[in-house]
Amino acid sequence: MSSSREQIFANIRRGLKRDALQGDALKAVQGRLKEHPSNTIPARSKLPHNEQIQLFIEMVAEASAELIKLDNSSEFPFAVNKFLGENKLTHLVSANSAELSQLDWSVLRDITIERRPAQAGDLVSLTSSFAGIAETGTLMLLSGADSPTTLNFLPDIHLVMLRQSNIVGAYEEAWDKLRSQRAEMPRTVNMITGPSRSADIEQKLQMGAHGPKRLVIFLVAE
Amino acid sequence: MTLTNPPHRVGLFVTCLVDMFRPSIGFATVKLLEQAGCIVEVPDTQTCCGQPSFNSGDRSSTAEIAKNVIDAFDGFEYIVGPSGSCIGMLRQYPELFSDNDPYKARAETLATRAYEITSFLTDILSFDQIIADYQGSITYHDSCAGLRELGVKNQPRQLLGKIDNLDIKEMNEAETCCGFGGTFCIKYPDISNRMVSNKSSNAEDTGAKTLLGGDLGCLLNMAGKLKREGSTIEVRHVVEVLANMTQAPAIGEAQYDLANEL
Amino acid sequence: MQINSPDFKNSSKKALDNPGLQKALGNLRNGFPVKRANAVQRMPEFELLRNEGRDIKNHVIANLDFYLEEFETNVTKNGGNVHWACDAEDARKAILDICQKANAKTVTKGKSMVSEEINLNEYLESNGVQPVETDLGEYILQLREDHPSHIIAPAIHLNLDDVSSIFSEKHGTPHTSDPAALMQEAREVLRDKFVAADVGITGANFCVAETGSTIIVTNEGNGDLTQTLPRVHIVITTIDKVVPTLEDMSLFLRLLARSATGQEFTVYNTLSTGPRRENDADGPEEYHVVLLDNGRSEMIGTQFQDMLRCIRCSACMNHCPVYGAVGGHAYGWVYPGPMGSVLTPKLIGIEKSGHLPNASTFCGKCESVCPVHIPLPKMMRHWREKEFEKHLSPKGFRFGIGTWAYFAKRPALYRWLARASAFSLKLMGGKSRRIRSLPLKNGWTAWRDLPAPEGGTFMDQWKKNQSTETSPSHPDNKCRS
Repeated sequence: MSSSREQIFANIRRGLKRDALQGDALKAVQGRLKEHPSNTIPARSKLPHNEQIQLFIEMVAEASAELIKLDNSSEFPFAVNKFLGENKLTHLVSANSAELSQLDWSVLRDITIERRPAQAGDLVSLTSSFAGIAETGTLMLLSGADSPTTLNFLPDIHLVMLRQSNIVGAYEEAWDKLRSQRAEMPRTVNMITGPSRSADIEQKLQMGAHGPKRLVIFLVAE
Repeated sequence: MTLTNPPHRVGLFVTCLVDMFRPSIGFATVKLLEQAGCIVEVPDTQTCCGQPSFNSGDRSSTAEIAKNVIDAFDGFEYIVGPSGSCIGMLRQYPELFSDNDPYKARAETLATRAYEITSFLTDILSFDQIIADYQGSITYHDSCAGLRELGVKNQPRQLLGKIDNLDIKEMNEAETCCGFGGTFCIKYPDISNRMVSNKSSNAEDTGAKTLLGGDLGCLLNMAGKLKREGSTIEVRHVVEVLANMTQAPAIGEAQYDLANEL
Repeated sequence: MQINSPDFKNSSKKALDNPGLQKALGNLRNGFPVKRANAVQRMPEFELLRNEGRDIKNHVIANLDFYLEEFETNVTKNGGNVHWACDAEDARKAILDICQKANAKTVTKGKSMVSEEINLNEYLESNGVQPVETDLGEYILQLREDHPSHIIAPAIHLNLDDVSSIFSEKHGTPHTSDPAALMQEAREVLRDKFVAADVGITGANFCVAETGSTIIVTNEGNGDLTQTLPRVHIVITTIDKVVPTLEDMSLFLRLLARSATGQEFTVYNTLSTGPRRENDADGPEEYHVVLLDNGRSEMIGTQFQDMLRCIRCSACMNHCPVYGAVGGHAYGWVYPGPMGSVLTPKLIGIEKSGHLPNASTFCGKCESVCPVHIPLPKMMRHWREKEFEKHLSPKGFRFGIGTWAYFAKRPALYRWLARASAFSLKLMGGKSRRIRSLPLKNGWTAWRDLPAPEGGTFMDQWKKNQSTETSPSHPDNKCRS
């Protein structure tokens, strides 16, 4: 306990004209925290799931990300291979999440794949995504042993696999999903909506500031 | 108008600028109110709404002035004035008095009875029998207090829309402050000048013949700028057009009607 | 940052006479407000969200001690450290201490106005730690030894040429007028700095009590590299940034993006919760949150409490005609525009910043776009009241208002004054009906005419009409129903 801390709390309570919360008042705020009620969720994303997917696709395009639709996850390595070939890329740094590692990557014969955090100079990275949020075409990625955060930011191009079943309507649904699947918050939760940009020079928008210049989402139906 | 209801008894809040600079706005307001079936009286103990002292941080003088206004308009069903700014000030009177001050409750009822003229005609009286001739195009400046404190936006346009040959050409940034701001234009004249320059060029860009608004302070500011720039745009208060009283020279215009003068 | 607020009048004159700045401000006026309006249009629930935002912030302030404790508990539970700082000095020391323990030579920084508030860069430099700003705008300013003029678009006062010149000078590269090339140049230079830094310092847009997380909102991704690559992550933020839950944060993120840049959502919304976990592949080993008060706790229970709702979106300054005329530097300290005109007097004293709450027409545009309904004009008026009480307003002005109020309280005298003024001003107007110069009111007539009165007061004419005719009340009135 520092003296600054005591001073700050004393000031706050003096301003509020009360001591530390207790009794019903305390229970009320504890209850609110525990229940974490949603506020108004815009109607925009309150749709049947197939329409949420459509909304996600539209909002991703609006955010200047690219999206490639795939029927089946087994097509994903082929699609990545095609993308890398078309863009003359020979090195791929990849996350090692279960979703990715269970796929057969043998098709990438001419590509060097490294499963590690990103380093300066890496041109293209590959990760999976915990959720897609239809409301604004936003990806939610979680840090972990198999999913380094640097992959989302250092390389010039970020390739992301997202399963359609992981698309939700609003941010609140993504938090529910996170709470139900994880016992605790990961160190980093990234909500990503399109590639990096800046308008700091004369208010004119330029793509590719410090993060990826291209964000490519592979949306897998099954 | 149906005559089944007894006429509304309205006290006119003249406003100090209208009193001193352009009485014709006051008469135009009276004319419109009477056309709408109101009985209009003008309490002669009224002075000013108190805004200059309120915005200068002098609360106690403001409260004194407010008491005078409250007393002057006691007993009137409505208080109506040709200014969103002054009427907006009247609506703020309750916060000048403590709960145990007898003026508090009176300030509260005054606030509920006070209306800007175009809003009163439209929102309270549903009056739209505008009898006016006007040829040509106008553009409309939304004065800040009327717009944001009282929600005056469509009312003047709706009333102007009843005039056959009047064409409304909206300007860019119609809702942006003209830079008058009461004492602001005296304290920060160069910033005020930049703001009114933006306004005058937006008004010029519409090609409209006349610039209308609902607050004489803003109109004096904009007319002063337009005239200094040599613009031919006429500046008038909206009630002058609505009451068909555009024979008098526009604000800051030189043409005299000699017959009227004599 | 040095305090230049007392010089507001001179600074604003210079700003008005600076064509480069005026061009830049034109970009602002035609940019953010239009984008915000479009974004709001697309979100039918926006007004509802604003009301909820206001209510949640009020709820947080009413329970601020509880939520701060909860936040602290959860940061600690996740392996992070909270450092409480009463004032700027406390915060600077806490940060330097962490840097020194980490043997830091360079620190990368994400954009933070709180860092400006506590003058962090100068302090670190003078203590042998080199700060590197990584937000593109902040980086440009650091090269120019300049300061932000806007809370989310720090270099908005500069034009392309300014950026091109400083990059060429400092990077030793040829001049280019291609903004994309300039951005690429900054990207390459900063890439090495990100990797080399020992400590990364970011601000926080919100602190989530429920999880002990801090969140930063950026479009560039610089903040993310700043907080992920170095071994130590320090968050410098203030006690008013705490929100209860992820759901509440989500509401504010919706409001923030639309109010600030008119985006549907900012590109990167990144939550940090503690240091890297045991098996994590990357991320910082230490996570520190420095919670600064700096006078904010004293605003609770006062006329200025509502200011603590502010989420620093910049909508108020983007829409402010005064900010749009003079830009942010004229305000003379860290926080410009309407929110600054309320906050700055609290943080540096009304004695030094009296111009700020006075330099407003009370047009109310700021309040009308504020995502949490802060009554900014009303609070600027409260500062004027404080000034009036302390006799800080200029003497001549005070005398003028006092004299005027004397008459306004006395109807008979007032009638006489109005009559005399109407008469003399009409005389001065002469045949042109315009006054081109006026003693004592030079400010008005330097740039515009004063339209002369018609002649005679309304009250006198009305009385005359009333005594000569019973009805109608005006000779022109033929339509009484």
